Amino acid sequence: MTEMKFILSISFALFFIGAYGFLTRRNMITMLMAVELMLNAVNINFVVFNKYLFADKMDGLFFSIFITTIAAAEAAVAIAIIINLYRKFKSIDEDDIDTLRW
Amino acid sequence: MSNFFLYLISIMILVFGALTVTSHKIFRAAIYLLFTLINVAALYFYLQYEFIAAVQIVVYVGGIVVLIIFSLFLTHRVGFDLPEPSKLKMFFTFLSVLFAFMFCYSLVLGNEFEQSSSVASSVSINSIGRAMLNYGQGGFVLPFEVVSILLLAALVGSIAIAFKTKKT
Repeated sequence: MTEMKFILSISFALFFIGAYGFLTRRNMITMLMAVELMLNAVNINFVVFNKYLFADKMDGLFFSIFITTIAAAEAAVAIAIIINLYRKFKSIDEDDIDTLRW
Repeated sequence: MSNFFLYLISIMILVFGALTVTSHKIFRAAIYLLFTLINVAALYFYLQYEFIAAVQIVVYVGGIVVLIIFSLFLTHRVGFDLPEPSKLKMFFTFLSVLFAFMFCYSLVLGNEFEQSSSVASSVSINSIGRAMLNYGQGGFVLPFEVVSILLLAALVGSIAIAFKTKKT
């Protein structure tokens, strides 16, 4: 159980490192990297709970597989949006993109 | 000895993760992200879920990081430096993140987890495949199909978004 709590603390730390990056970065691609870190932390959480608490089931495993799939789809759509914005504004700093700002 | 590997993997995950979100060179941040993801895959190997580790390496390291590096080269010059965020913002963000981490950590430390007493089944690729296409008890065919449709929609959507229009 102590090992499980140790790995859980690692995954929390990774999640909040990602949250820190998401809140401080202004560049869209680095924000996307921070989101990937957070998704990875969630994956670790699911796998650890599956391993140490419900070793006879496979639910956590499948959740982490589906989260990985959705992360791939999300990254593809996000990068398409970023490249389109770069064409329009010649910048991917989120402060420069202010068409909808009042 | 196995604990040594766990500590090594954990330290590498945290150090490279912190470098990912604080590095000033954007290309180096992408490489640090790559190392973080490889170490997460090593953690899955440590937990003896080889299939998840393989999926992690194939999808994240082989797919997402390569996609991110491609988009970096499409949108930045090579020696580009990221601007430093303001000190005040960094300080307050660090403080709130630290408090959130302490809160979650204290919740985990205070909780008594109950292990389900049944015996562990070996997770082979065979059993994963059977469960993924099983529509009975303990099967995952519905989320599998939903995710496949989502992936198709994301693919078509991203092509439609990135498509170059003649004149806007």
